[in-house]
Amino acid sequence: MRRRTASIWLWGLAGILLIALLWEGYKALGPTDGVVVGGARVLPRTTDLAMPHIWDMASRLAEPVTRSASAQPLWLVVALAALTTLGIAAAGWVVGLVVGVGLALVMQRWRLAEWGLLPWIVLSQTVPLIAFAPVVKSWGSRVEIGAFEWQDWMSVALIASYLAFFPIAVGALRGLQSPDRIHEELMHAYAAGYWRTLWKLRLPAAVPYLLPALRLGAANAVIGAVVAEVSTGLQGGIGRILIQFAGQASGDPAKAWGPIFGAIVLGLAAAGSVAVLGVLLRNYRRNEETA
Amino acid sequence: MTEARATRRTRPTKHGEPGDEAQTAGAPDVAAVEVRGVDKVFQTRDGELRALDAVDLRVAAGEFVSLIGPSGCGKSTLMRLIADLDEPTAGEIAVFGKTPARARLDQEYGIAFQQAGLLPWRTVAANVALPLELHGEASGARTARVTELLDMVGLDEFADRYPDQLSGGMQQRVAIARALAERPRLLLMDEPFGALDEMTREKMQAELVRIAAETGAAVVFVTHSIPEAVFLSDRVVVMSPRPGRIRDIIPMRLGGDAGRAERTEALREERGFFEMVTAVREALHGGAQPGTSARGLETR
Repeated sequence: MRRRTASIWLWGLAGILLIALLWEGYKALGPTDGVVVGGARVLPRTTDLAMPHIWDMASRLAEPVTRSASAQPLWLVVALAALTTLGIAAAGWVVGLVVGVGLALVMQRWRLAEWGLLPWIVLSQTVPLIAFAPVVKSWGSRVEIGAFEWQDWMSVALIASYLAFFPIAVGALRGLQSPDRIHEELMHAYAAGYWRTLWKLRLPAAVPYLLPALRLGAANAVIGAVVAEVSTGLQGGIGRILIQFAGQASGDPAKAWGPIFGAIVLGLAAAGSVAVLGVLLRNYRRNEETA
Repeated sequence: MTEARATRRTRPTKHGEPGDEAQTAGAPDVAAVEVRGVDKVFQTRDGELRALDAVDLRVAAGEFVSLIGPSGCGKSTLMRLIADLDEPTAGEIAVFGKTPARARLDQEYGIAFQQAGLLPWRTVAANVALPLELHGEASGARTARVTELLDMVGLDEFADRYPDQLSGGMQQRVAIARALAERPRLLLMDEPFGALDEMTREKMQAELVRIAAETGAAVVFVTHSIPEAVFLSDRVVVMSPRPGRIRDIIPMRLGGDAGRAERTEALREERGFFEMVTAVREALHGGAQPGTSARGLETR
């Protein structure tokens, strides 16, 4: 088992190394002006401006963000921004989980609800995120209930949840419908009602379907949060510095890559947390069949 | 209550059944299962399918009755009606004098299917404990009962294993332990050994005979194996298909008066055993009209 874990890490590392080699190899050997086919550039320019050296990107992370004396190192700024975005994405993921599982429960319980709701759920994902992010923000700014005031980050979390709930709803529905007929009849024979059947049979049986859905939901929540940060102009998150540093790329090309690495790590962290969940629930992923 | 009375009132008209004499000594006066004039019609795309046609059957308390017949004779359907997993189109069924639905809610029966149907995320012990858990048995009593049951089916060492770590025969034994968990007075079994190899199957049959004798439960056992039915049963109900009818009910006279406890592997070698196998086989084929061959039957 330990050897297998080690080899998985080794392969992962080899993959990263391969990408680095391709990057530097193309940069060294490719034409300076890129490869242009029929007026369209299919491969990028190899200048330091378009493709900084990997070591430049890495060393830039350790240097201060700006030239001012009090500036923090780039990696710290990126890390703090990534954490902010992770928090917002997590909030969106939780909302997506509640809404997604809730919808799945309703659809499993009533066939009619499945027919009525599922097409709309699928349709909801065809609305472009950029289109309604500003709308959500302007609606949110009008919400004020007593001491509660809608915060801008809540709009971002809401948009993240909009992307996260879809795979969770679909996965949870399949999972809740997954128990074999024999198991359902057994619960019926035990005179177990809806709630007991749900708790003892349907929810545990849904776990193997729910886990990949949750992982997809987590990745979606991160993408949703980053995009929503950009389109609503929220400060403090990684989406914002992604745009900001990209604007400075002509003078400091390696700097723009900092937030990109940050976003990658962010996505991995989100998916990784769900993997931890999977380890905790590993007994629910067993099959009845003899191994 | 009214149903219990109704059952009792109709009893005198039923004295012709062979099971009655066999069970009169010390048997409680309410039958485990009483089936009267039951029809079951399924609506299919090709029209109506008469799965059961005017079926009458009485299973006394503590009696072991097998339902045997070719595929499509309605033997599983009949068991499902008794278990309240389906409803009869016409006729009446009483389980210990109650409606099947009431009997199900009161957990009067334990049930086992062809597949073990264990929950893969639960250990062997937790699977057996499931019905107890669902009906609010205290955890201490539950643990004690599970230990007792696993001991009975010889799986006490496997309590903490998961179903995927067991062989098919062991899984089926867990399922039987689970069916017995609440000490039901009636066991309903739908080809529980159908998916097992012959060796395991014979071993399981011997164990079931022992367990049934120990618990004193009535058993309705669906099978398509003649020797299995003969070995296990007090009476064998022979059914015919299209429409599903009871063709014959054959009392088994095996193991002498001492009853089930005396049924051992040696029985399979006895002359009486083969005579009974022949009797059941003749009943199965005897009334066969041309074109209705007894397909799907095992004579092994």
